[in-house]
Amino acid sequence: MQDELRQKAQKALDKSASFGEEIDFNSFNAKEKVHLYLDNLVDLPDEEKKDMLIAGVDVSEKERTGTFIQEDNSVIHASALQDGLEVLNIGEALEKYDWLHDYYWNAVQIDADKYTAKVGLEGESGYFVRALPGVKAVYPVQACMFIGQEGLLQSVHNIIIAEEGSELHLITGCTTGRHVESGMHIGVSEIYVKKNAKLSFTMVHSWAEEVAVRPRTVTVVDDGGVFLSNYVCMRPARTVQMYPTTYLKGQGSVARYHSVLVGHPNTDLDVGSRVVLQGEGSRAEIIARSLTRGGRIVNRGHLVGEQEGVKGHLECRGLMLSPEGVIYAVPELEARVDGVELSHEAAVGKIDQEEIEYLMARGLSEDEATAMIVRGFLNVKVMGLPEELEAEVQKAIALSDESTL
Amino acid sequence: MLRVEDLHVAVGGKPILQGVNLHIKPGETHVLFGPNGSGKSTLLGAIIGFERYHITNGKIYFKGEDITSLSVHERAKLGIGIGFQRPPVLRGVSLGDLLKVTGSEENKVDELAESLHLQSFLERDVNDGFSGGEVKRSEMLQLLVQNPDFVLLDEPESGVDLENIALIGQSINQLLEKDGYCGDERCRRKLKEGRNKAGLIITHTGYILDYVPADLGHVLFDGKLSCTGLNPREMLGCIQKYGYADCTHCLA
Ligand SMILES: Nc1ncnc2c1ncn2[C@@H]1O[C@H](COP(=O)(O)OP(=O)(O)O)[C@@H](O)[C@H]1O
Ligand SMILES: [Mg+2]
Repeated sequence: MQDELRQKAQKALDKSASFGEEIDFNSFNAKEKVHLYLDNLVDLPDEEKKDMLIAGVDVSEKERTGTFIQEDNSVIHASALQDGLEVLNIGEALEKYDWLHDYYWNAVQIDADKYTAKVGLEGESGYFVRALPGVKAVYPVQACMFIGQEGLLQSVHNIIIAEEGSELHLITGCTTGRHVESGMHIGVSEIYVKKNAKLSFTMVHSWAEEVAVRPRTVTVVDDGGVFLSNYVCMRPARTVQMYPTTYLKGQGSVARYHSVLVGHPNTDLDVGSRVVLQGEGSRAEIIARSLTRGGRIVNRGHLVGEQEGVKGHLECRGLMLSPEGVIYAVPELEARVDGVELSHEAAVGKIDQEEIEYLMARGLSEDEATAMIVRGFLNVKVMGLPEELEAEVQKAIALSDESTL
Repeated sequence: MLRVEDLHVAVGGKPILQGVNLHIKPGETHVLFGPNGSGKSTLLGAIIGFERYHITNGKIYFKGEDITSLSVHERAKLGIGIGFQRPPVLRGVSLGDLLKVTGSEENKVDELAESLHLQSFLERDVNDGFSGGEVKRSEMLQLLVQNPDFVLLDEPESGVDLENIALIGQSINQLLEKDGYCGDERCRRKLKEGRNKAGLIITHTGYILDYVPADLGHVLFDGKLSCTGLNPREMLGCIQKYGYADCTHCLA
């Protein structure tokens, strides 16, 4: 079976993705160092600790229920802090659990495009995070994908399983070391939300100017399952293209995507969210906020209704903070049967001068007023992030403000 | 406190104000009447400095300083406040968060919100889904927290039900330091002498004058102030009788 997968991957190595600039793997061929496993996170270099903190990964593990860290292509830490939660290196998990092969390259097709194929051929780093049936995690599990080496291609394959009746929260922070400018990250994530389980999945991207990013994520939700996805992309990255997709297979299953995209000059973000509503009474909501200070943002959204009576809403708002940038909103609704209720609203524009002046009349300076409106627009607080992560995200948004003023 | 000299203002290239002169002393409250579209909001907007109101001629002085070319923020910092006729909605910005930034002492916010029956609104986005009356009460709350020396109020009672007009009236008095209780004329005079806060209020109906004592009225007509000098309540009666254009009949 492994051979079969490899063959499929091999054949797809030249297969272009539907969207996004074509990336040449050869421009990221730095020879990688192997990083040693660390039992104790305190032993991480201080500089790296700080870099990871920005993406929401706190090595003190305060208010976390587990930690996974991958540096370049080495897993340097994987541990769970609550009974009933598992955090393992994916390779190790595949050896431990035979049944896991049924989940492996199941939600995501290995030959979907050249990027999935590349991950399929590169090997076995990435995380396996699982909540056992009925287990409710009190705090999030944190995972960090860290590129520490210039010009490296990082390849990741993750599997998340929230077993029946469980509750799991995951924060994945993706970032580069402070001296790294260029690199590539491909991350395949296969997510399974079982019957009546609830998973919140937050991904924070905080890359560097010359990094190319191609996540490939598919989620499958069973009866009564709830999947909440948050995505924040705040720092410049040369190109990010992703279109995570959720299949609401189960009866009464729910998905909500919330994304916040900040575009900078010379960045190209092509980010979408897609939900296929298949289960009876399933519901979906996609909320996207994009803001550009000069980069190009394509914001896609796609709701597909395949079952009578399902409901979905898509809301996409874009804010232009510079005359240079481009925001291209592409909301799509697709009804495959009669009697589905799908709607969307999209709006793209610049900050309303009247709103700025309203705040200025209350004594705020123009910059303070702008920052307040931008913060309100991005509305990160509704994501329900842990306090420090929310503070980090707000700080990053504020920093990116200063850098363009 | 405020002196407006020969003010000409254009909106979208169209001249609206054509030589407005106005002098408001510390402690005084003036009232501005005028037909729809006569430029009342334009005058207030020009005084606070909103971009869309282009001052083509004339000067505005506040506390002796020429503020004609200052930004809105600088004018607010000098002590001018404004209550909007139709304020914008601020998505994602809660009223409570806004008041945290604009007020000096945080603990007063809850108390003030309570007095305007707005406690439960602190969590809500500013003006988002507020009813007409709620918008006006929220404007008053914001002004009370900001506590300006000179306040511009654009139709503070429009869309407000009778019960809430009293509430708005009270908070205007609080803002203008008119809320001390006085039984006799001497006390009222003393209170007035000690007061520095001043205001300019636009009203159509005049209902607010049942609650807020005001000193002088003006009618804005044909781009200019006319009939200046009458007691606002008498002026209202006169306008009802003769109309805006002929309010000069009453001066004689
Ligand atoms: N952008 C614009 N271009 C041209 N005229 C405008 C513009 N905005 C407002 N006006 C006009 O300015 C005049 C004064 O408006 P306003 O000050 O709001 O009146 P009031 O508050 O007295 O009812 C109105 O006739 C209005 O139509
Ligand atoms: Mg008006």
